[in-house]
Amino acid sequence: QDEPVPLAFFVHDAEIVASLEKTLAGQSVETEKVLDIIYQPQAVFRVRAVTRCTSSLEGHTEAVISVAFSPTGKYLASGSGDTTVRFWDLSTETPQFTAKGHRHWVLSIAWSPDGKKLASGCKNSQIFLWDPATGNQIGRVLSGHSKWITCLCWEPLHINPECRYLASASKDGSIRIWDTLMGRCDKILTSHTQSVTCVKWGGDGLLYSSSQDRTIKVWRTQDGVLCRTLQGHAHWVNTMALSTDYVLRTGAFEPAEATINPQDVSGSLAELKDKAQQRYDQVRGQEPERLVSGSDDFTLFLWRPAEDKKPLERMTGHQALINQVLFSPDTRLIASASFDKSIKLWDGRTGKYLTSLRGHVSAVYQIAWSADSRLLVSGSSDSTLKVWDAKMKKLAIDLPGHADEVYATDWSPDGQRVASGGKDKCLRM
Amino acid sequence: SIKMHEKRNTKQKNDEKTPKGAVPAYLLDREGQSRAKVLSNMIKQKRKEKAGKWEVPVPKVRAQGETEVLKVIRTGKRKKKAWKRMVTKVCFVGDGFTRKPPKYERFIRPMGLRFKKAHVTHPELKATFCLPILGVKKNPSSPLYTTLGVITKGTVIEVNVSELGLVTQGGKVIWGKYAQVTNNPENDGCINAVLLV
Repeated sequence: QDEPVPLAFFVHDAEIVASLEKTLAGQSVETEKVLDIIYQPQAVFRVRAVTRCTSSLEGHTEAVISVAFSPTGKYLASGSGDTTVRFWDLSTETPQFTAKGHRHWVLSIAWSPDGKKLASGCKNSQIFLWDPATGNQIGRVLSGHSKWITCLCWEPLHINPECRYLASASKDGSIRIWDTLMGRCDKILTSHTQSVTCVKWGGDGLLYSSSQDRTIKVWRTQDGVLCRTLQGHAHWVNTMALSTDYVLRTGAFEPAEATINPQDVSGSLAELKDKAQQRYDQVRGQEPERLVSGSDDFTLFLWRPAEDKKPLERMTGHQALINQVLFSPDTRLIASASFDKSIKLWDGRTGKYLTSLRGHVSAVYQIAWSADSRLLVSGSSDSTLKVWDAKMKKLAIDLPGHADEVYATDWSPDGQRVASGGKDKCLRM
Repeated sequence: SIKMHEKRNTKQKNDEKTPKGAVPAYLLDREGQSRAKVLSNMIKQKRKEKAGKWEVPVPKVRAQGETEVLKVIRTGKRKKKAWKRMVTKVCFVGDGFTRKPPKYERFIRPMGLRFKKAHVTHPELKATFCLPILGVKKNPSSPLYTTLGVITKGTVIEVNVSELGLVTQGGKVIWGKYAQVTNNPENDGCINAVLLV
């Protein structure tokens, strides 16, 4: 028998916590009107908050600048300023492989949605592919960009279960789509006039890219043609997030079915593709994907890029530039981390402001949601991480311990661990 | 060999070394943060506290005699009584300071010489901030001046650093730090100090 799905009930956007009477007491409602009570399903599984630092993994000889868990939570990879990418064994929390090959800082890493390949981009504009099971390089070095790589994004699993294509954004203003099987560049998308800060591969055959030239461009991945240009920001667009981000990242892996020992998702390519497609359709629903972009002009914009050139909503309130935005895995909430030491929560569908999470004493660099969308972890330049409860809208747990700024944070998709790396060269779990 | 001789005077592009100071992609096009940060001095601070000794930037100061710091004020009908003293140097009185009844106060601290803020420089990062003073910790000339709150060159004062956003390793926010005065405030009209890290 199915487990009952927990629901949350809302009247006029206010959640009913105690009783309907108490919630209505605070609102002015006419007694003769019909009241709409909206229910929202919550995740069936619950992720417990991380409370303590289980280990401090040393090994990098320079600052750790990017950290990522594989889509099933089985592997952990970290890129650093000492030009290596290190793979860490999660069950023993010790170093597993050191992947050498880059000749400059490893700026961004991205796991393929099936968890079998890791792509890493460096400041010398080279991209390497690594095999997490052996730590060796797969294929050839992908070079072609003229300046450093800012962001990497794989093609979603439900479009191509082989995980063949990879998009890379660079400071030189171009986006390249690479064929990882043949080891060569498939398409080059040029239109941006300044550095491309972020690239996201959507689930509907569209590619989104944001740039320092204040625009976001929407491309068709089939032929590489520019579909739309979204304008509206007044300064650099730093970051973007898609409502279906989390489900595209985890592919065929369902966090509700996670086990204590993370395993690779098994099944033939067709099965994986079906599963990923099902999960994607469930999260997306009937509406097209939504995109939120954060910028140096202290505002965020909510777009429906497949349909409209005009933004749905302009979200203001931050007092310094926004460094990262993320949709929660169930797409109900948007969290934005900013250099004004606060994190703001917004409604995922309308873009309305919900609350501010304050507590950090310095710029908040990166955030990560837990798989059930109830908890949010944030890493900041004041060397602490804080876990926030999204329902209570308060601080749940403080995680001090880093000796210097925390540059990268990630929560594993099976919800068991949080990894963070920073300027003090050590990775904490 | 001859080739090595030729290479001796020309500059070669250094291919091997990767520069220090790795930053993530989102910080690359930005300058460093303008606020000062304490680097990994947490361990050094703990060791210093254990040893109980402080290395100060201004170790030796000229001791200031009483006749220099305190001026005799004559009172009484015939101006014969000479038990009152007025402080001629800059001093700090706390927030809740109220004078003793004027008839009975022995030490007069004029309002014009009372300061609340100091210009504090971080020695390694060379950034200066105007921070409120919390109190006078020690005046090297005399313990009497410490209790009075007299600030002269070499005095160790405590300043409010909550503006800098420093955090200890245990996650607590630091809001007070010691600084040592480096100028003669009565001559300059301002207090310049160096933060003791």
